[in-house]
Amino acid sequence: MKVGVVTFPGSLDDGDARRAVTIGGNEAVALWHGDDDLRGVDAVVLPGGFSYGDYLRCGAISRFAPVMTSVIEAAGKGMPVLGICNGFQILCESHLLPGALIRNDHRKFVCRDQRLRIERVDTPWTSSYAAGAEVTIVLKNGEGGFVADEPTLDRLEGEGRVVARYLDDNPNGSLRDIAGISNEAGNVVGLMPHPEHAVEDLTGPGTDGLGFFTSLASTVFAS
Amino acid sequence: MARYVVDVMPKPEILDPQGKAVLGSLPRLGFAGVSDVRQGKRFEIELDGEPSDALLEEVRAMAEKLLSNPVIEDFEVHAQDVEA
Repeated sequence: MKVGVVTFPGSLDDGDARRAVTIGGNEAVALWHGDDDLRGVDAVVLPGGFSYGDYLRCGAISRFAPVMTSVIEAAGKGMPVLGICNGFQILCESHLLPGALIRNDHRKFVCRDQRLRIERVDTPWTSSYAAGAEVTIVLKNGEGGFVADEPTLDRLEGEGRVVARYLDDNPNGSLRDIAGISNEAGNVVGLMPHPEHAVEDLTGPGTDGLGFFTSLASTVFAS
Repeated sequence: MARYVVDVMPKPEILDPQGKAVLGSLPRLGFAGVSDVRQGKRFEIELDGEPSDALLEEVRAMAEKLLSNPVIEDFEVHAQDVEA
């Protein structure tokens, strides 16, 4: 499968994301924020970083980049889209996912290996995991606190759309320990921790993140 | 020329860590009796033409679409006199 990774001005993890896509057995395609051509990709990753310097609000300016018009349209037709960290913020600003991400409640940037539970495994990004799998993935954010109003949180829980939840300490004040969510259809997933930094033993806390990049093939070929 | 001011504030129920940081600093500087601080953003927008209801609506649309995130923020728009 061809997986596009968008580079915005200020993206940091686009290189690692393309590498993780490749290690996951797919073809990585570099996409550019200013170009609305998705170059025939089958899925899109919005990587981490500080796109547009996090000016105004994280993801608020990126959301209106030309490439996002195409990503939003494709996501509506079912294309798998994964937003990691800044990518998650962009998906919320795009209204592809509900809620918002605000500054960590303790006001400090956090960078650590984080334990998570993978709770939704019927998405194209998580089907490689067993339901309830406990994994360790890198987390690094300053504005990773997931917030939404109570009815929205109840709906996310009730519809099984919490994809990943923090275990042990909640690192950023996210409501209900939510680390990642999906849209109703499940093709759009936002995740605050960074699975692309946990795909090789040499450079990460292990390979627990690899599943996010190997899930695509099995999901698509099964459907 | 018309000038409008858009004030954007975090919703009351949303945690405001920046405001909390300022609140924590004020007593250390000798400012006693401060019970709360909320931090927001102010935009000053200048447009061609004279102030009108249509321009006000235009600025309101900007605030809804880009300047604020309705999930976490409220906004207010008001016209400001432009000195000749």
